[in-house]
Amino acid sequence: MKKLVFTLVIGALALAIAPAWSADQADQIIRGQYQAVLGDCAGCHTQAGGKPLAGGLPLETPFGALVPPNITPDGETGIGNWSEADFRNMMKSGIGHNGVRLYPAMPYPAYTRMNDSDIADLWAYLTSVEPVSNKVEANQLPFPLNIRLAMLGWNALNFTEASFQPDSSKSAEWNRGAYIVQGSGHCGTCHTPKSFLGADKDSEFLQGASLQGWFAPDITNNAQSGLGKWSEEDLVKYLKTGVNAHSIASGPMAEAIENSTSKMTDPDLKAVAVYLKSLGSDAGNTQPAKPDETRMATGEAVYRDNCSACHGGDGAGAGVLFPSLAGNSIVAQGSSETLARLVLAGSQAVHTADAPTTPAMPSLAWRLKDQEIADVLTYVRASWGNAAAAVSSDDVAAVRKGLTQ
Amino acid sequence: MTKILPRKDVVIVGLGWTGSILAHELTDQGLDVLAIERGPWRDTATDFNIGYAQDELRYSVRRDLFLQPTVETMTVRNDPSQTALPMRDFGSFLPGNGVGGAGVHWNGHTWRFWDSDFQIKTNLTKKYGASRIADLQVEDWGVTGTEMEPYYDRFEYLAGISGKAGNIKGELQEGGNPFEDPRSRDYPNPPMQMTYAPTLFAEVGRSIGLHPFPTPSANMSRAYVNPLGIAMGQCTYCGFCERFGCANYSKSSAQTTILPVLMKKSNFEVRTDSEVLHVDLAPGGKSARGVTYVDTSGQEYFQPADLVLLCAYGLHNARLMMLSGIGKIYDPTSGEGTVGRNYCYQTNAGVQVFFDDKNFNPFIAAGALGQTIDDYNGDAFDHGALDFVGGAGINCIPTNGRPIGTRPTLPGTPKWGSAWKKATVEGYKSTLGYSSQGSSYATRNNYLDLDPTYKDRFGRPLMRMTFDFPDNDIRMSNYLCDRMEEIAKALGGKQYTVSRRKKGWDSVPYQSTHNTGGAIMGTDPRRSAVNTFLQSWDVPNVFVIGASAFPQNAGKNPTGTVGALAFRAADAIRNQYLRNPGAPLVQA
Repeated sequence: MKKLVFTLVIGALALAIAPAWSADQADQIIRGQYQAVLGDCAGCHTQAGGKPLAGGLPLETPFGALVPPNITPDGETGIGNWSEADFRNMMKSGIGHNGVRLYPAMPYPAYTRMNDSDIADLWAYLTSVEPVSNKVEANQLPFPLNIRLAMLGWNALNFTEASFQPDSSKSAEWNRGAYIVQGSGHCGTCHTPKSFLGADKDSEFLQGASLQGWFAPDITNNAQSGLGKWSEEDLVKYLKTGVNAHSIASGPMAEAIENSTSKMTDPDLKAVAVYLKSLGSDAGNTQPAKPDETRMATGEAVYRDNCSACHGGDGAGAGVLFPSLAGNSIVAQGSSETLARLVLAGSQAVHTADAPTTPAMPSLAWRLKDQEIADVLTYVRASWGNAAAAVSSDDVAAVRKGLTQ
Repeated sequence: MTKILPRKDVVIVGLGWTGSILAHELTDQGLDVLAIERGPWRDTATDFNIGYAQDELRYSVRRDLFLQPTVETMTVRNDPSQTALPMRDFGSFLPGNGVGGAGVHWNGHTWRFWDSDFQIKTNLTKKYGASRIADLQVEDWGVTGTEMEPYYDRFEYLAGISGKAGNIKGELQEGGNPFEDPRSRDYPNPPMQMTYAPTLFAEVGRSIGLHPFPTPSANMSRAYVNPLGIAMGQCTYCGFCERFGCANYSKSSAQTTILPVLMKKSNFEVRTDSEVLHVDLAPGGKSARGVTYVDTSGQEYFQPADLVLLCAYGLHNARLMMLSGIGKIYDPTSGEGTVGRNYCYQTNAGVQVFFDDKNFNPFIAAGALGQTIDDYNGDAFDHGALDFVGGAGINCIPTNGRPIGTRPTLPGTPKWGSAWKKATVEGYKSTLGYSSQGSSYATRNNYLDLDPTYKDRFGRPLMRMTFDFPDNDIRMSNYLCDRMEEIAKALGGKQYTVSRRKKGWDSVPYQSTHNTGGAIMGTDPRRSAVNTFLQSWDVPNVFVIGASAFPQNAGKNPTGTVGALAFRAADAIRNQYLRNPGAPLVQA
């Protein structure tokens, strides 16, 4: 048979809406699907190439491995036996079906701020997705952390069930942004420094934190290490496309952009930008001492030979392909962990509809020694208006070790 | 045991320029498309890593990115009376390998052929009489320059070509090529910044009444975002283009213009390191059922498909047709058969001018950074009083100053030792070169068929290439060399040399990877293998896309025309073929 099958391009929603649902229910499911985008459920609960929401790859926490479970409505292996009340209770308190206590790798300390109607919409969506039978052993923590009851104590110390508290002195847009950032968007899960118990240090909200071999940068409006040099439009563009004049997303943020922020509505992105730009202050920005001239000269030589073809002799980069290093927020962080990682392991930009190119930084681990990387990063961090602290070869060695383990 | 795989709407053989263009267009149409690529996956960050992309020994001398003869070679001879022998190493031309194909390691000269090139037989017969081309087997393409214009435009905008229009909608443009056909709009990017050598060449050319203009270049003169939304970077003029992948996203290729979007489509898949052995035909041989391929473990697969697109290198397209029984293999004695007919090449010659007092800084370069003079190309000049047809572009395009390969020396210099070293130091900075990119016209005895003796690693016959430069083309090239000598004299160096093209094509020294023909397009199924939409006359659900379709080669690099033909074939499939799949678009 030489008949071609004409495949219709289905541009509309790829939702599996059963015909039995009423129009109201369908609307609720569509709203719930957007809640799943805001909460980036797929980021953890879907494996690359796997069935949607049927369980993710292990999360390496400082305490051990946790595997995001199957949250499809499968009765045996998913959440098919849960009630809506179970789900609401889990989102608000971290206590799931049958009283099972969740670990805060599930960001219920953020989701607790979601309002009831958004949680109800999300529940409606989750009950509508294709049930997948996939048994996940979520808890792979070592003893005694594997005893979920331990979380009773953790919660007592670190967690309060809460609701989002709007600030009536601020605009509706600001409040919407705050609601997303603090609640479903759970930005602080990565960007807020953690206590030794793994709880957010609320006093340092969104000021940058290290996790999984990356440094999630300061996303307050701090002029030096934060978003002070970014306009609201810069921030919207970054969250929508993964790239703007200041940076190209890498690592876990690239995944968050691909799965979540690139699919948010423009008004929501704008609201997030308005809120983040209102946070923090420029106070307390201490200028680190200028590195000594020998290191700067050595670093510059390494830069000329290895970096300047793409990032430019003046660190200005080239549009959406090669990020500017002058004023780059990753460069400006107190921690050089992400920077060293990018040089050692390389990185590829995320693919979004508006920025499909996915340019990549090659790995230079085979070519540059720890001291050379330390020198060139020291040079980059102290040039073209950048003023971040010098990097030692031990800093680089630690990242290299982490990558080879 | 051959494994039988689930069917696909479309299978594409080879994921280079044409395969990527067709895959992008047909996946946009909603079809389920599979590309099967003989070589490896290649992308910029891993395979053209800035840390080693400019390794001249690895890529230029040892030809790391090219097809190796152990994978596929061919036998060669100059005329049908000889016994062809296999090329044990590629030399005269270097076919590509892997994702991106030869588009990975090209220089980037991107030309449009002219209406007078497409309607060559009609045009020459009208102007000079049929007897002028009696020794040649030139054919009209079956398309006009006007028909091709929108497809050239699409390729140039896809690839971000840097250049200067010479003729927009009939209005001549200052600084462009006055001999080109009208184009609908200017190039997407301005010309590259000129280095000293082409600047001097243009000044001198202009002073003797010629019309130099910036060579249209696939090296970006500025940052560019193409119609697919894919961004490219400004060229750094490093001079590592031909034989190299570009580390800076600055040279157009499938990698830098199509694949970032194509690879994300759910209805596209590529299988690399998988070699198609043949197209499988239904009983009766009038339609294709799919293709048979083998992976690196030796496992053989049958991949059923409704539509088969041969998008391999032109020579390999022709061989796959022969091995699959698509069409009849050309026989020069009877003149019958079409597959393998009208194999053509490129008739090049070069000049070097040596100076004492100039520094050309040749290491500041790009593959297509230069100036071209088309006064003696194709139909731009009158051949009435001459003894040949055709012509050449004269190109001053100093593509590189790479340290191993760039060693110009005066005639009489020893080939090694301290005198040679001293001469190369003197010659490196102060030598200016340019060359003629000459047309190659078909003759009855230049053709491709299957070798009766030699086989490949799968036991399939090698292709046999029978080729020598036709007398017409040698006369053309000598005329161009005389013109290039006039320029050399006007340049006024201390000495110049001319390398003239001679009879007896030699497969060893590198000349050009512009092999054309073998599955030529046309309007007569007795004299062409595919119709003007590149659809096989004999098996209508097979399209054969590439320079294999050129009835003869013009005095220009072929890639621009290959890209335009690919877009034209894609349009024909989308807008005509899919309405009645399996039917010929042109009645034989």
